[in-house]
Amino acid sequence: MTADRRRARRAPEDSRTRGPRTAEGAATGRDRVPDGSRSGQAGTPGGSRTRRAPAARDSRFRSRPARAAVPLLLRWSVLLAAVAGWEAAARAHGSVYFPPPLRIARHAHDLWFSGPLDHLFLTGAAVDTILPSLGRMAAGFTLAAVAGTALGITVGRSRRAYALCNPVLQFARAVPPPALVPVFVVVFDFGTPMQVASIAFSAVWPVLVNSAEGARATDPLRLEVAAVLRLTGPERLWFLVLPSALPRIFAGLRLSLSLSLILMVFSELLPGSADGIGFTLTDAQTRSDLLTVWSALMLLGVLGHLLNTGLLAVERRLIGPGRVS
Amino acid sequence: MTRRQELVLGVLGTVLAFGACETVARAGFVRRSYLPPASEVLVRAVRLAGDGAFLDGVGATLRAWALGLALACAIAVPLGLLLGTVPGLDAALRAIVEFLRPLPSVALIPLVSLLLGSSTSAEVTLIAYASLWPVLFNTVYGLAETDPLAKDTLRAFGFGRLAVLLRVELPGTAPFIAAGVRISAAVALILAVASEILSGFGEGLGIFIAQAETATDGTRDVLAGVVWAGTLGLVINGVLVGAERRLFRWAHEAPPARRQSGPGRQEAPT
Repeated sequence: MTADRRRARRAPEDSRTRGPRTAEGAATGRDRVPDGSRSGQAGTPGGSRTRRAPAARDSRFRSRPARAAVPLLLRWSVLLAAVAGWEAAARAHGSVYFPPPLRIARHAHDLWFSGPLDHLFLTGAAVDTILPSLGRMAAGFTLAAVAGTALGITVGRSRRAYALCNPVLQFARAVPPPALVPVFVVVFDFGTPMQVASIAFSAVWPVLVNSAEGARATDPLRLEVAAVLRLTGPERLWFLVLPSALPRIFAGLRLSLSLSLILMVFSELLPGSADGIGFTLTDAQTRSDLLTVWSALMLLGVLGHLLNTGLLAVERRLIGPGRVS
Repeated sequence: MTRRQELVLGVLGTVLAFGACETVARAGFVRRSYLPPASEVLVRAVRLAGDGAFLDGVGATLRAWALGLALACAIAVPLGLLLGTVPGLDAALRAIVEFLRPLPSVALIPLVSLLLGSSTSAEVTLIAYASLWPVLFNTVYGLAETDPLAKDTLRAFGFGRLAVLLRVELPGTAPFIAAGVRISAAVALILAVASEILSGFGEGLGIFIAQAETATDGTRDVLAGVVWAGTLGLVINGVLVGAERRLFRWAHEAPPARRQSGPGRQEAPT
């Protein structure tokens, strides 16, 4: 049985926590280049193999499937124990700065999730803070994903175009995204356009660079076969380039997703914004309302986790667990 | 295409991008104060190199960056070795880690500034928290990657747990740790600039950018600061890649089959 097929059989829990991260490494794979050039020059023909390697690495987890449930139970019980310990310690100490988790959860519930049933239990405050944040993030991320994939594949399909754009892309990627936000503030002023633009602009680079690499790594032999079969350009793109670039595109998307979350919060933290989770955070900070600060942090953690899990589900659906392109 | 041709095309691309920015700004589609010409920005960025106060600021940012990164490594490497060598511990702590990691560390700025005030220590704490994860995960993965045959051989010869760790596992994991440090370095720079822009922690590049934003003719200064930030990012990455290649030559020159699983786990910035 090949490593990949075994990987597919693995407990879903494991592929959630391990698969993606290794794939991210495989996809960006800067270090696999013998001549030492940067990520841009990642090995062309060997690209398809990079997804196989992480799968093989997981063998020690799959070699004992019968015991898969034990770590799962252990994991949750340890999490519960940690939360309980935190609860006990916070109660015993009574510090204002570290409220007990139960109080935080109750506060979060009161703030956002105690609304009427026809609003899905969301309160007015939740509609005013969580939804705008999520909307902006979705808009920025979608823009970045679509533009990044399209541009990346265009650039990656020609060696010349790739060599032409590479230095500029590398520079754009090296800029810490928050440094650019003030530029967007000057151009768009505060508000949703500025926030969407800064999210999109920061999140576009990982997708772009990864899609370009993915498109570049299309097996030359298959391209020749496609030429023999006289596939048209769009057909080649749809049946050949896109599927082979997909794992890398998703690796880029995952990086972009967490960047969008960072930029979403960052752009709302800036003085001058009017709503959103980040605004709630700064607002609570100025009022020294630590309970709300902790609640917002918890909410962001859960949101980040859910978004990441969602993207992984889409990825698994499209690529299949560990399928080699 | 030869390397030389690629280089020429790369330079050409840079010049083209520069020219495009210049023309758009000069043609007057957008207001000059919104988008100053690229040449003006570049001149300003070069001139800043002679500005002592600005250089002190960049130095302060780099100090916080280095301190945070060092702190993260000092915590993450031993912790990763512990998690990687004791499988039960790894399974047990994974849930906690999985809930901490997706939290965008920028969101911690309000909490940390309430706890620690706007001091350099707050900035360093944030940087350390954010850059902890890539190093930690890479250490754990690197350990899982080490040659089981070598480990078993050593064990068969009667070497203890610690000896195996020091002689086989640590050297085998080192390239992974180095790759993690490189990824963390970029994350740490993001956090250094972000925390400075937001709450005036310390003094540095981020402060310069935040202040330029409110000044007249501010975009030019902001963009000059961005050029500096990008250059710093490129230089840091270049230096680390070079150091990795020099230190772990064998990890990069291994036969292809092996190289595919070379170091390079990526970790999204959190």
